[in-house]
Order: sequence, then structure tokens, then C-alpha cells
Amino acid sequence: MLSIETLQEHPHFILLPKGEIDASNSVQLDESIRKLAENGAKSILVDGSAIEYISSAGLGVFMSYLEDFQEQGISLKIFSLSPRVLEVFQILGLDQLIPIFPEKEAALNAN
Amino acid sequence: MEHTIQLICQTTALSELRKFLDKNLSQIMLSEKDKHQVTLAVEEVCANLIIHSHHCNGSDHISLNLRKEDDRIVFEIKDKGKAFNLLDYEAPDLKTVISEKRKGGLGLILVKKIMDDIEFESQGGTNTCRLIKFFGS
Repeated sequence: MLSIETLQEHPHFILLPKGEIDASNSVQLDESIRKLAENGAKSILVDGSAIEYISSAGLGVFMSYLEDFQEQGISLKIFSLSPRVLEVFQILGLDQLIPIFPEKEAALNAN
Repeated sequence: MEHTIQLICQTTALSELRKFLDKNLSQIMLSEKDKHQVTLAVEEVCANLIIHSHHCNGSDHISLNLRKEDDRIVFEIKDKGKAFNLLDYEAPDLKTVISEKRKGGLGLILVKKIMDDIEFESQGGTNTCRLIKFFGS
């Protein structure tokens, strides 16, 4: 089960996925990010504190936006991942490509 | 110790797979980190078969057998259909995944990084993929 809340803290948009992200539901994450970008968001933060599990399907969603967002000047950051979810990013080295922060404040303050 | 589950070829079966692994891996002396990683790797192979070999056809099934041996744990995944030999698959590098905006391709990189050995055979229309994790590796 996955639910995704979107919160606005001007000028940031915060996505809060809750549950397990796998190949059955990663499209929800994809749609949430795409909608924000289409609606003009320039700063998207993903609050990862309630992500219980992530497979490559979820990681692939984040990866697929890296280039486009760089070109469009959209910032995508992730914060508060649990150690075991963070570990999945680290196994693939994605933590070197996507800005990941231990907590929200650090994500908000980073350029 | 040996356990088997049959999964319907739909992605909604992946959560059922995780529950099966969570329950049965709890009886095995693996660290929490290893349990999580092998669960991820087994799910990636099953998801790949369900989506790419069976096109999420709900009338197809794959089976997973989990077996503990002296020094290892063996996950044997069987399906009938177009053979997908993980050993022949050249995983894309991350740059290719990014530049082609692929949402797939990462899963099998994970499997190869997590598992200690991978075996594949196809006989009489049945494909068998074995993922092996040695204790203490």
C-alpha cells in the first residue's frame, strides 16, 4: 500500500509517500512528481520518513527526472530516509547523484 | 528448511512475496540488513519475470523455493515462458539509465551486487534462476 500526500510550504512542495514503493505502485510516485513539475514547482522535497520499503521501480522514478530537472532548473531533494531505505540508494551509488539529507532543515537550507 | 510459494504474474503479488520472505527468513540466522537486501534482490528478479517475461498475465504463475543449506541460502525461482537468463544480461551503467530516462534497468544491477552467486538453466520449457547468498558474506 502506498499513499502520497503533497504539502506546500512556499516556495517548496513536499511529497510525503507513506508505505512500500514497488513495481505495482511506483507510477503513483511518478505521477505525483510529474504533476508538481507540470504545475511549475521549482523546488520539490520528498519526505522519506514514512517510506517503509523501496525497490528499483521507485529508485528509477527519481533517476528518470534527474536530467530533465537539471535542464529545467527544478530542484529535487530527499530527506529523512530510514537507514534501510537509504541503503538501497547507497548500494547503487544513487546517493551520489540525488541530494539526500538526514532531515528537513538540512534539505531546506542546502542550495 | 524449505518453503515454497506460487505467485500470480501480477505486480500486486510482490507484497505477498515480501510477506512470505519476511516470515520465512525470520527463522534464518541472517542480519536484518542481509534479510532486507536478499528480499530486495528476490523481488527484483520476480518483478522482472512478471513484467517482462509474462507481461503481467494473471493466468501465469512463477514459483519461489527458499532453501537453507549449511553455508548458504538458495532462492530458486521457476517459471514457464520466454527464458530470461540474468547471467547473459548486461546491466546498463547508471549514466545510461539517466540519459535514456529509463525507469528500469536498476533492479538487475541490485541483484548482481547483493547476491553471491546466480545460476540459470532452462529445460523442457521451465526456466530456473537460482540466487545464492552465503552466510557471513
